[in-house]
Amino acid sequence: MFIRTALLVLRKDAAIEAKSWEVLTTTVFFAVSAVLVFSFAFVKEGEPLEDAAAGILWIAVAFSGTLALGRTFERERYAETLRALLLAPAPRPALYVGKLLGILAVLGIAELLLTPLVALLFRAALFARPALLAALLVTGTTGFACVGTLFAAMLVRARSRDVLLPILLYPITIPVIIAGVRGTSALLASPPDEATAVMWIGILTAFDVVFVTLSLWTFEPLMTD
Amino acid sequence: MKRMFAPLVVVVALLFVGAPYLIAQAPIESTMGLVQKIFYFHVPSWMAMYTAIAVCGVGSAMFLFRGNKAADAYAVAGAEVAVLFGMMGLVSGPLWGRKAWGVWWVWDPRLTSALLMELIFIAYLLVRKYGGPGSEKLAAATGLFGAATSPFVYKSVDIWRSQHPKTSVVPALLKGSMAGSEIPFMVSAFAFVLFATLLLMLRTTLAKRQAALDALYLEYEE
Repeated sequence: MFIRTALLVLRKDAAIEAKSWEVLTTTVFFAVSAVLVFSFAFVKEGEPLEDAAAGILWIAVAFSGTLALGRTFERERYAETLRALLLAPAPRPALYVGKLLGILAVLGIAELLLTPLVALLFRAALFARPALLAALLVTGTTGFACVGTLFAAMLVRARSRDVLLPILLYPITIPVIIAGVRGTSALLASPPDEATAVMWIGILTAFDVVFVTLSLWTFEPLMTD
Repeated sequence: MKRMFAPLVVVVALLFVGAPYLIAQAPIESTMGLVQKIFYFHVPSWMAMYTAIAVCGVGSAMFLFRGNKAADAYAVAGAEVAVLFGMMGLVSGPLWGRKAWGVWWVWDPRLTSALLMELIFIAYLLVRKYGGPGSEKLAAATGLFGAATSPFVYKSVDIWRSQHPKTSVVPALLKGSMAGSEIPFMVSAFAFVLFATLLLMLRTTLAKRQAALDALYLEYEE
């Protein structure tokens, strides 16, 4: 029941998205523009600064993630469909998991395009250890998105929600972004520092466990009037 | 609690008057000299902040899961007091760092994460102020997540190599180069935590009265 509900919510979001491609295209476009903006700050006389690639990759993910989060829930608010979802006789945490999976899918696709782009533009050896990089991206994105989904869902009913989402989301998820950046820049060192990267993946996993547990636990009381 | 308030104010006042004498008499630490005296303000203000964060976290959880209105008053008080003492820590820290390390600020895990804690609780206050109706729940979630990250901040210096001393430094110093300063340290720590508790009590009462006033307004309008 739980997994089926979550997958149904995911399928619903995917079906809406497949009609317009709105969230995916805007997210990817915004991520690419963010990378370009940073290139002006971190390129000196045509040469990219060392280590800049790790930071640029993660900041682009965080910024475009915020945009995607705001957009997916704005869509639910517009047609009052969030209320309908909450009225459904289904476990509430399952709705949360479904929404989270949708956001993770969007961010995952954005990262698939973003990572090669950053590697190419900043001459960074991001693909020296693909498995470790993938582990960092998966654990980091999960940590960011699970807090983001919870707060974006709550903010649907708040005033000035567009301002409040980044204000709440960034301080709480900065530890996750720091861990992601540090882990990625350890992989960029020559030779890649695998031990450090594995340590950061461990820390990210710890964050994920804490944040996902807290989110699942608080989603029900938060979405009840 | 209310009856305890006035005597406790007297106790805190006495402690704050007495502490400077005790701090002045405490032995001067051998490597840092006189600068190290800021220790008696810096460490206790973080202790007071963690006390307030714990109050905010527990209050937020009680409000979210039990719907307890009084718990929400404790959560607001906790967040405000946490921001206040965090600010004191963030001011006294760079002052000390300038003399001990030669720079105002270094981007090391403890400093960064302490700044983050401060930002999380400022965000809590912003949500309450600008979130509109129903923002109490939002704020409660922020308080809960903030309190959940605070142990990471506390342990961050032990996990990562850092310029900031480890959490074991206080007991070690009191045994080693600062032997004889246990009592001044205990007094300042106790004074700060007690002061924070009094502020929490005062702010909680205020929050409860605000809530009662709002309820009365609503009743009157109906």
